[in-house]
Amino acid sequence: MSTAPHLFSTPLATLRPAIDLKNVTKRFTTPDGSTYTAIRDMTLQVAPGEFCAIVGPTGCGKSTSLTLISGLERPSAGSVSVHGEPVKGITPGVGFMFQTDAVLPWKSVLDNVAMGPKFRGIDKANAIASAKDWIRRVGLAGFEDRFPHQLSGGMRKRVALAQSLINEPEILLMDEPFSALDVQTRAIMSNELLGLWDVTKPAVVFVTHDLEEAIALADKVVVMTAGPGGTVKETFAIDLPRPRVVQEIRFDKRFVDLYQQIWESLRSEVDTAYSQSTQTTGKAS
Amino acid sequence: MSASSVETTLTQGLEATIAATAHSRTRKRRLRVLASQLGLLVLLLGGWQLGVGSDQLKVVLYGEPSGILAQLITWFRDGTAIGPLWQQIAVTLEEALIGFVIGTALGIVSGIALGRIRFLAEVFSPYIKVLNSIPRIVLGSVFVLALGLGIESKILLVVVLVFFGVFFNAFQGVREVDRNFIANATILGASKWQVTRHVVLPSAFTWIVASLHVSFGFALIGAIVGEFLGGLQGLGELIKNAQGTFNANGVWAAMVIMGIIALIAEYFITRLENRLLRWRPPQLSGPEL
Repeated sequence: MSTAPHLFSTPLATLRPAIDLKNVTKRFTTPDGSTYTAIRDMTLQVAPGEFCAIVGPTGCGKSTSLTLISGLERPSAGSVSVHGEPVKGITPGVGFMFQTDAVLPWKSVLDNVAMGPKFRGIDKANAIASAKDWIRRVGLAGFEDRFPHQLSGGMRKRVALAQSLINEPEILLMDEPFSALDVQTRAIMSNELLGLWDVTKPAVVFVTHDLEEAIALADKVVVMTAGPGGTVKETFAIDLPRPRVVQEIRFDKRFVDLYQQIWESLRSEVDTAYSQSTQTTGKAS
Repeated sequence: MSASSVETTLTQGLEATIAATAHSRTRKRRLRVLASQLGLLVLLLGGWQLGVGSDQLKVVLYGEPSGILAQLITWFRDGTAIGPLWQQIAVTLEEALIGFVIGTALGIVSGIALGRIRFLAEVFSPYIKVLNSIPRIVLGSVFVLALGLGIESKILLVVVLVFFGVFFNAFQGVREVDRNFIANATILGASKWQVTRHVVLPSAFTWIVASLHVSFGFALIGAIVGEFLGGLQGLGELIKNAQGTFNANGVWAAMVIMGIIALIAEYFITRLENRLLRWRPPQLSGPEL
């Protein structure tokens, strides 16, 4: 039997991974009957409590990997396991923050946040109490009765964050959650995310195409190859000390070194993806 | 008084003047619209009255505004040839409302069931297409033959007319639900029924409520046509009666009553719409083009 101090002394990598993707391939059938390979032979492990960022050019299958982990989609080949259990149906204990607003516009902030506990069969009074607590934690106290359209983009993201975290997920999947926000709001939200993550310590998979954001947030940055059929190209450990201040960490010498290293790896993939997207134009000229 | 406070007072005064000007401009505009609307009404009714003139044949054929007014007064005071006026209104309203409620409920339930359950949609779609393509008003004759001259045959006709509009909107509304909303609720732990209840239904209501405006019009048409085809009472029967006695004013007077009923119904539907869809952002005013 392992005791807590023993657990902490064990390097993260040797623990049973929270998320384990083994040689995963995902194909989609397009309406005209042909198939499209989103990811091919992808292998990835994320330890419990680890913050993993995935970067890669548009169309490399970043988001697909999240839908596989969450159980919204099944892999065409390979295996997806969470805490050692193969994923069947919606993965229990998972939270998902979507790129676009997914808070329900017809529910107030309070009702949106209280949805998770209510769906999980917690009685109304406790669900409301817990929702109020999480609304306060994400800094929206006083806005409980507002509808989403009455909030700013940043505030709606806070609602989404509270909505996911109230279920205390062991795994938090984030699909470019802050990409629609302006630069300043985005940095503020990133800081808040790190603060909240530090409290409950879920394993995070954070998909972005902003390398700076990835390095500032993550313990490990995974670079994916250009799609279709993207896969893991390289993995970089981010050894920047925590707690981090997102707005300032990019002036850190180590940050700049890491950025250069990872960009070196990412650049060729971005170039490939770009030339693919402009191929027809290139031929014409 | 210090210089800065004088300045503040001046600014406040200026703001107040600007606000007052804007306010009076809006009010003037509203008055102008109202005056034009009234003018148009006077022009139409006056033209009609003058056009018919004192020619008795034309009065019989086309009716005249003063005659319509007189007819309405007579009906209210002395009742109609087939009974008191309020009774005719009540019968028609009863048919329209009962049919409207049943048709709407059936439309919503089946629209959502078929929208959510793909198998059902595939099985039923050819039947629905066929039913939708036939002119359903003809079914009125079938219903009168089968159910007789009472209100049941009219209610059934109203149900059939209302059902399809609501059904197609509910079905489409379910199809248009943002996939992200469903994915989000599912991951938060919602069962299929909870997704329907909390995500699909509220989202589809935008479509369903829009169809209610048109559907109530269909409900009135169904009730009136049902009475035309074979009835004993109601506004449709009243119109048929007036037509049979060459009373054009009577036909028009019944139409005025129906118009008022439709307007009142429209008012309540709009209130329902605002109540159900209060989560929607208000329409922002853009530049007028």
